[in-house]
Amino acid sequence: MDFAAILSAAVTGAIGPVAAAYALAAIGLNIHFGYTGLLNFGQVAFMLVGAYGVAISVSVFGLSLWLGVLVGVLCAIVLALLLGAPTLRLRSDYLAIATIAAGEILRLFYRSSYAEPLTGGVFGLQRFANEFYELNPFPAGEYGIGSITFSNRDLWVMVLGWGLVALATVFVYLLIHSPWGRVIRSIREDENAARSLGKNVYVYKLQSLILGGVIGSFGGMVMVINTQSANPDSFDPVVTFFVYTLLVLGGAGRIAGPLLGAVVFWFVVVFFDALLRQAIAAGYISSDIIGAPQAGAVRFALVGLGLLLLMVFRPQGILGRKEEMVLNGR
Amino acid sequence: MDSGRSGSRRLAIRLLLLLAIGLLSAILPATSAAAQDSEQNTESVGGTIRGPDTEPIPDIQVMVTKNGAPIGEDTTDAEGTWEIPLPEPGSYDVAIDPDSLPDSAVPREQGGERLTDVQITPGQQRIVIFPLVNPNEQSDGDEQQGSTPTPQQTGPSFGQRFADALLSGIEYGSVIAICAVGLSLIFGTTKLINFAHGELVTIGAMVAFFLNAAAAGPGIQLIFAAILAVVAGALLGGLLERGLWRPLRHRGTGRINLFIISIGLSLLLRHVILIIHGSRPGSYTDYNIQEQLEFGPFSAAPRDLSILAIALLTLVGVATMLQRTRIGTAIRAVSDDRDLAETSGIDVSRVVLTVWILGGGLAALGGVLFGLAEVVAWDMGFKLLLLMFAAIILGGLGSAYGAMVGSFAVGIVAHLSTLWFPVELQNAWALLVLIVVLLVRPQGILGRKERVG
Amino acid sequence: MVDESTATLSNVAAEPGASKPDPILAADGVRRSFGGLNAVDVDHLELQRGAITALIGPNGAGKTTLFNVLTGFDRPSAGNWSFAGTELRGMAAHRVARLGMVRTFQLTKALARLTVLENLQLAATNQRGEGMFASLVRPLWRGQENRYRELADELLARFRLDHLREAHAGTLSGGQRKLLELARALMTRPRMLMLDEPMAGVNPALAQSLLEHITSLRDEGMTVCFVEHDMDMVMTTSDWVVCLAEGSVIAEGPPRAIGANPAVIDAYLGKHHDEPSSPEQPS
Ligand SMILES: Nc1ncnc2c1ncn2[C@@H]1O[C@H](COP(=O)(O)OP(=O)(O)OP(=O)(O)O)[C@@H](O)[C@H]1O
Ligand SMILES: [Mg+2]
Repeated sequence: MDFAAILSAAVTGAIGPVAAAYALAAIGLNIHFGYTGLLNFGQVAFMLVGAYGVAISVSVFGLSLWLGVLVGVLCAIVLALLLGAPTLRLRSDYLAIATIAAGEILRLFYRSSYAEPLTGGVFGLQRFANEFYELNPFPAGEYGIGSITFSNRDLWVMVLGWGLVALATVFVYLLIHSPWGRVIRSIREDENAARSLGKNVYVYKLQSLILGGVIGSFGGMVMVINTQSANPDSFDPVVTFFVYTLLVLGGAGRIAGPLLGAVVFWFVVVFFDALLRQAIAAGYISSDIIGAPQAGAVRFALVGLGLLLLMVFRPQGILGRKEEMVLNGR
Repeated sequence: MDSGRSGSRRLAIRLLLLLAIGLLSAILPATSAAAQDSEQNTESVGGTIRGPDTEPIPDIQVMVTKNGAPIGEDTTDAEGTWEIPLPEPGSYDVAIDPDSLPDSAVPREQGGERLTDVQITPGQQRIVIFPLVNPNEQSDGDEQQGSTPTPQQTGPSFGQRFADALLSGIEYGSVIAICAVGLSLIFGTTKLINFAHGELVTIGAMVAFFLNAAAAGPGIQLIFAAILAVVAGALLGGLLERGLWRPLRHRGTGRINLFIISIGLSLLLRHVILIIHGSRPGSYTDYNIQEQLEFGPFSAAPRDLSILAIALLTLVGVATMLQRTRIGTAIRAVSDDRDLAETSGIDVSRVVLTVWILGGGLAALGGVLFGLAEVVAWDMGFKLLLLMFAAIILGGLGSAYGAMVGSFAVGIVAHLSTLWFPVELQNAWALLVLIVVLLVRPQGILGRKERVG
Repeated sequence: MVDESTATLSNVAAEPGASKPDPILAADGVRRSFGGLNAVDVDHLELQRGAITALIGPNGAGKTTLFNVLTGFDRPSAGNWSFAGTELRGMAAHRVARLGMVRTFQLTKALARLTVLENLQLAATNQRGEGMFASLVRPLWRGQENRYRELADELLARFRLDHLREAHAGTLSGGQRKLLELARALMTRPRMLMLDEPMAGVNPALAQSLLEHITSLRDEGMTVCFVEHDMDMVMTTSDWVVCLAEGSVIAEGPPRAIGANPAVIDAYLGKHHDEPSSPEQPS
């Protein structure tokens, strides 16, 4: 087995564009779940509307990509309002179920033949980000150190993705270390106490849902700009679970939690993926038990196991403080 | 603090045990999973080519090049699928040969027969898609065939179709209800939203499938297989409660953390099932082909009628148990007010165990019935889960009867929607009902509002 | 001013539903039922502006439920009430609080993962930095934030919580939480304080000094309504006492008169006759 190859694959995964997209989604979710205590299990829906906002604007209406980004953001705001208005007054359980249902509804409608003229149905939409790639300042070629290399194209997407991650992180830092952030955190602790002090809890929750949703929609945009293809089935509910896992891994309610979580998460996931494939190729694992087709499923099973063990043994994640976790009565 | 430490060690052992059992059960029938033949175990690119009517098209030439140099080529098989192994990750061009396309199909966009810059990450088996349309639609593909809900012009009258849809809706609802009652009782007694409930459903269906239809299985008649599956489901429910949830509750793990843990469990179980069973759906060997019985406006296969009858009888049985028996009363008491029940001498942990056993058994039964009505697939329970959630919220979280009523509503909405809308959206409508209800009656359906001061 | 408020109340008849010379809060036909149980059923109740009114009654009398309804945390089945001339029926809890009627909770709601200081800072009103966009521009709110921090520190010192300034509120003891919640409520500079058993679990010496503080706030014009089971405290602190039993006002009057009221003795003191009334406080 070629451990150097496995390691370099893992590092590539950890800092690649996909990790950046997930980091963005998790930064958004961190505002919801980590700071406001909103159990949003439909983060993937925000990613979906952001992604399709771009894709449809460009592919169907021939608008500029940058206008498409604006459309994506607007879609995320509208979704937050539609979703938040009825559910944010309810107990957290209801929000969780309503948001996950909303995510599925959106995916099913986007992939339906009804929506095909707009969304491309199950085929999705392709090649809408040319405008972005035309701006690529890196000359064609491979960049990197040792066996960790990226094409100039990847590098350009990474600049976009991680650039947005950095911006969003600073943005969240400023927000949270302000009186606004204090109100948001007080809602997480006890919304009735916040109400008794004259805070309009509902409006703050809505603002939180919008902000986190918009940041999440940027995650979706990075994801589809990277692949130049938007397909409804890549916005499965499982994406939300991945985002939760890496957020909890990094530390929910910590500024750097999502960033660290995304990097570590994708390192581990790609590491095990590559390890497993090599092991199968080398015949260490009988293909009777786990053949190549099943190897993909192993990733999901391991993430599930990881989330379970993490929540049981270290719910505060890497960056979280144990004392605070103990105080968390929920 | 040190008691917490040893507690967590005990928990770790329990988890390992659970895992070992899971893996063991994974390996036993693994031989039956007929490991799909596939030589490549690294990067590849592939897909399924479908015509404008979404039917797969065979015999289409696909080739992959890198910087103009050919890498490999393939021809679509009868299922329209093709796959080309790749030497390494990187950027490739993938193209179909337009000459091999039938006359009835062209790429949706001009030049769409060629995809440039397809990125392959390490280990990725990437699916790419070539959207095809009728030649006269190359710019705007509007006509949707193959997805129109039911044959409209030539088929039976609307009344007939309505009756059919209603009946299947009731059948669907009754299956959802069987599964949802357990979920609702578990929520009622422990306040846990068990996200892994769908997997209990799938496992039930799978156990019966293994016993009944799998190549390596014993080939038991379905009714006996179903009984064994229910027993297995009940055992699994009890095992989960004793091995996982109870110790976690004793550690004082918060409700939201428990919920997230159940999500992890769901992911784990679902994909272990996928690894074992594969993604190909299966069906039971008994009761497959049946003559339709007609009575009045309704017509149904005996199989569907039996499913309905079994489901309804089970529901009546559960309701009677809740109303008439001591344990039923205790369950309702614990759902009502856990602390009060505890102080009035009810053994809460035994009640909770009973609820889990009951919920696991019911979920397994629901899985078998669902698998019989449709197909046995690795994600069948997960698909049902959201509908179960919709049902128990419709009926009022925590109320078993509410869950039953909500389930029928969800099932009927799903099937009636197919009268006007594509089948692929039937679950979406059912979920939409949930959101609409939350809009109209945010608290009304919650049952009681929690006290504030 | 002490004399003034007691003087004005001295002319008020000691009977349920008596009208006050200058009511800040007036409730009419407020009813709240849970299933068949009428937890609150108040025909008419007025609370005098600038006075300390004690609300007493046996356990389960409906005191907390009445507080919940009056402050917008619960919806009544029927009834109207007004605060300082504003009709409150249907008004959201946070708007009631912004009008100046601020309540505390019987089961304290410390914001566990905020520090003690942050708990107080949160309570300050009209904070510019609480706007979503303004929060990003620090210079807009830094000055105000510093001023409020000083104010918070003063309150913390008065409530002997200054040594816990940076501790998470979730680590505080039951009594300390009561103190924190009272300080937090005062931080909003309310016109009227609604305190649900504020001194339960607080050590008597400190309780005494805080009551003096509350009395001095009353002298500056603030209105207070508090629920209390300890009759000594009721006697020494309040200007007026309202007694609730099974949801209804069964008696009201000046503290000294209420002790002798047969209805009160029946409903409240009578039941607890042999055991001295003592503060009881879960958590
Ligand atoms: N959310 C609720 N659902 C059902 N019954 C309730 C609810 N809230 C209060 N009650 C009932 O209303 C009655 C009044 O309760 P409340 O809490 O107002 O009493 P209290 O006077 O504050 O008592 P204590 O002195 O013990 O605090 C009680 O019988 C209680 O059981
Ligand atoms: Mg009370």
